[in-house]
Amino acid sequence: MATVSIRDLEIEFGNLKVLKNLDLEIQQGEFIVLLGPSGCGKSTLLNAVAGLLDVSAGQIWIGGKNVTWEEPKNRGIGMVFQSYALYPRMTVTGNLSFGLKMAKVPKAEIDKRVARAAKILQIEPLLNRRPAELSGGQRQRVAIGRALVRDVDVFLFDEPLSNLDAKLRTELRVELKRLHHGLGSTMIYVTHDQIEALTLADRVAVMNGGVIQQLASPKEIYRRPVNRFVAGFVGSPSMNFIDGTLSVSEGKASFKLADGKLVDLTGYEFETPPEHGRKATLGIRPEQVDLEQREPDSRPVPVNLTLLEPMGADSLVWGDVAGTTFSVRIDGDAHVETPSSIDAFFQPAYASIFDLATGARL
Amino acid sequence: MASLTANAHVEPSGPRPKRIGPGRYGVYAFLIISALFFLIPLYVMIVTSLKPMDEIRLGNLFALPGSPSFDAWIKAWSQACTGLNCNGIHVGMLNSIKILVPSVVLSIAVGSVTGYALSFWRPKGANILFAVLLLGAFIPYQVFLYPLVRILSMVSLYNSIPGVVFVHTIFGLPLMTLLFRNFYAGIPIDLFKAARVDGGGFWAIFLRLMLPLSTPIIVVAAILQITGIWNDFLFGLIFAGRENFPMTVQLNNVVNSSFGEKEYNVNMAATILTALVPLFVYFVSGRWFVRGIASGAVKG
Amino acid sequence: MAQVALAPAWLIVIFAYIGTILWTIQISFTSSKVFPVSNYVGFSQYTRLFGSDRWIISVQNLAIFGLIFIVGCLILGFLLAVFLDQRIRAESMFRTIFLYPYALSFIVTGLVWQWTLNPTLGIQQTVRNWGWESFTFDWLSRGDRAIYVIALAGMWQASGLVMAILLAGLRGVDGELWKAAKVDGIPTWRVYVHIVIPILTPMFVTATVLLATAVVKVYDLVVALTNGGPGISTEVPAKFVIEYLFQRQNLGLATAASTVMMITVLCVLAPWLYVQYFRKPGSAH
Repeated sequence: MATVSIRDLEIEFGNLKVLKNLDLEIQQGEFIVLLGPSGCGKSTLLNAVAGLLDVSAGQIWIGGKNVTWEEPKNRGIGMVFQSYALYPRMTVTGNLSFGLKMAKVPKAEIDKRVARAAKILQIEPLLNRRPAELSGGQRQRVAIGRALVRDVDVFLFDEPLSNLDAKLRTELRVELKRLHHGLGSTMIYVTHDQIEALTLADRVAVMNGGVIQQLASPKEIYRRPVNRFVAGFVGSPSMNFIDGTLSVSEGKASFKLADGKLVDLTGYEFETPPEHGRKATLGIRPEQVDLEQREPDSRPVPVNLTLLEPMGADSLVWGDVAGTTFSVRIDGDAHVETPSSIDAFFQPAYASIFDLATGARL
Repeated sequence: MASLTANAHVEPSGPRPKRIGPGRYGVYAFLIISALFFLIPLYVMIVTSLKPMDEIRLGNLFALPGSPSFDAWIKAWSQACTGLNCNGIHVGMLNSIKILVPSVVLSIAVGSVTGYALSFWRPKGANILFAVLLLGAFIPYQVFLYPLVRILSMVSLYNSIPGVVFVHTIFGLPLMTLLFRNFYAGIPIDLFKAARVDGGGFWAIFLRLMLPLSTPIIVVAAILQITGIWNDFLFGLIFAGRENFPMTVQLNNVVNSSFGEKEYNVNMAATILTALVPLFVYFVSGRWFVRGIASGAVKG
Repeated sequence: MAQVALAPAWLIVIFAYIGTILWTIQISFTSSKVFPVSNYVGFSQYTRLFGSDRWIISVQNLAIFGLIFIVGCLILGFLLAVFLDQRIRAESMFRTIFLYPYALSFIVTGLVWQWTLNPTLGIQQTVRNWGWESFTFDWLSRGDRAIYVIALAGMWQASGLVMAILLAGLRGVDGELWKAAKVDGIPTWRVYVHIVIPILTPMFVTATVLLATAVVKVYDLVVALTNGGPGISTEVPAKFVIEYLFQRQNLGLATAASTVMMITVLCVLAPWLYVQYFRKPGSAH
């Protein structure tokens, strides 16, 4: 049983509380991604789960066992690091087998596990090479292999792809997903790259300031971000944010822009009934805006378009709504007159509205 | 969730129970014993220098002085016999300073220009020059001695301060060049190229651009040279001439060639006086000292 | 212009380095005593050299001293560096204490140790005063032991240097490597033996080379500590050369000795320098 349970965790360095009252339940076989900017506490959390950091309060359970005081090697985990951390003067085989030798695993078993890991990760031809003779992608595979041979059910990844160039990152990302499907192990993955989070995760925990902002599937995080931080962090190019006030009249909700114009919000699902006059931020993703009405429930929003950025398959049109920068993603072949002032269209059901002060979703 | 058995089970929560293990004690024990090993000679030096001779004759090396006095220091400074004269070791200190300052300045000057030329301009034969320089740093001085004595005699610089300054510059060149060359290798070549495009020549670029940037390495070079040259014995003995002996040579004379009963407190006082300058540089420079070792040693 | 600026360096290299070496070698093939003469006598100076008790003992002493000094400094320096790397309180203070002897002149070191080991008033007497009547530590006056004292004093002076070099190397070891080893369950001492020490190999080599050069040059320390005594039991090649050059007035013999010293150094050094600087074609110059 490879569940991971983090209960009421608190970690402080000196007087600084990095994590506070953190609870997280991870299911068996789940691929969970801890996503957030630098300093949000995600690596700290991962290191605590691994046993590399002491916790100030709370408990960590792995596989139904309380491992809060256990050494990393006894927690049933394998770990992959950002800088690969391969033992530099040993061959690949040496790297894979060193930990097992220390644990006095019989040689036959060691050979078996090394062969198996090498096969899964396709590093068989590299077994006699030293890390210095390997490329970045190969090194990372060996690092994953070192975790694989430990025959554990929980794998921890600390930004493993951050040191690779973009192309390699894409390749290894796909391989990691395949690996997860093949092994079915529980995987906890830390990254600041939201694309990795969206593509790899079963669930994403978006973190900021030591607090989990939202724990949900990638789709949910993308579609219904629970606050402005999550909305702005996920999605590229970033969501458009327009400040204004809510206006409710005769049961109909609209958004009043800075210049006084009203944007119809019919179709938006409010968490709580909207109050008139509430200061809020309207969030619309660039890819959810069309330059003409395509859906019956789309509503108009007035935009001044100023600049077209062709990007091949898509194009990005820049402009402003009531003075705030606004971008729209359109098809690469579409033609747009700039500058021009038009009504762009969006579906309120796909948009987000956040309280201006707290950032919480309304 | 404590169970009611003889061993109460504590549910692990929060920080791991810390037992300051034997390991930690062992680390501190080793470090403290080592520190004592390194400090005891210093302690002995200081304590002996403050004792009168009758206390020393008791043979209690580590005992604190009963009535500490600086008499031995005064004697060492102004009355100790360094060979024929008995004017104390302050003569040596003056000599050491007279040797030190020009040597440091000259060796840094030549070393920096050489390192600069080798790093940015790389004229023909630069590699060979550098290789021979480096090799020369390792060869024992004895091989160079006699011919150098003869050469300096021929230009009437033998047994003189300029002579020993010259010798220090010669033998300081490899290390100085290495330091500066490596330092300049770390400066982006684009800076140099931009300066050339702006019309700068060899000396202009050096004096206006590189030298102001070189402060860190000049500090390191100065520390290494001050320590090395002040502590030198061999060159001072052979090339400076009897009236110009540096403090180290005079110190050895005071201690190892005195007649009659040895005045150990005076000897130790003289030793401390000789060690003061480099120790002062060491304590004041702190990290720079270590950095100096690292740049000279690790890269070389 | 650069060539002009390099002129001092070229002059020094050609005359002060190469020129003097060639001259010294030339003299070693003559029968010069007080002044250089042109009476060439082939290798007879070298034969005399290796027939001389004093020279043989010098070389032996150098070997003994060199071995103990280098190995001792490496081990002590390594242990100091490793222990200092354990997140110690007052690390700065310890580091300062371990490194200060390196700032001292060899003369100072020699004199202090000579005083400390003084048979009648030094440590031997002190311990006897404490009650151990028969404690003996008069190694300085024993021909067979004095060389060990020199090695010990040398270690006292230079271990801090090795420590500084290795500590810098230790600090450069990737922190994540330690984490990976912890996850793999590798005991700390094994991490040092199998992983850290191999990483530090270049630094060990550098330290060894530096120490070895100091060994060959050792002169000041011997002069201050024992002046070659008792008798000639702590003679070293460097001192041998100086004496025959300036006091015993035998240029031929002295230059032969210094040539031998130089050749030994070059034989040891050439492979190291080659690897460092010239193996990769076009290595950064």
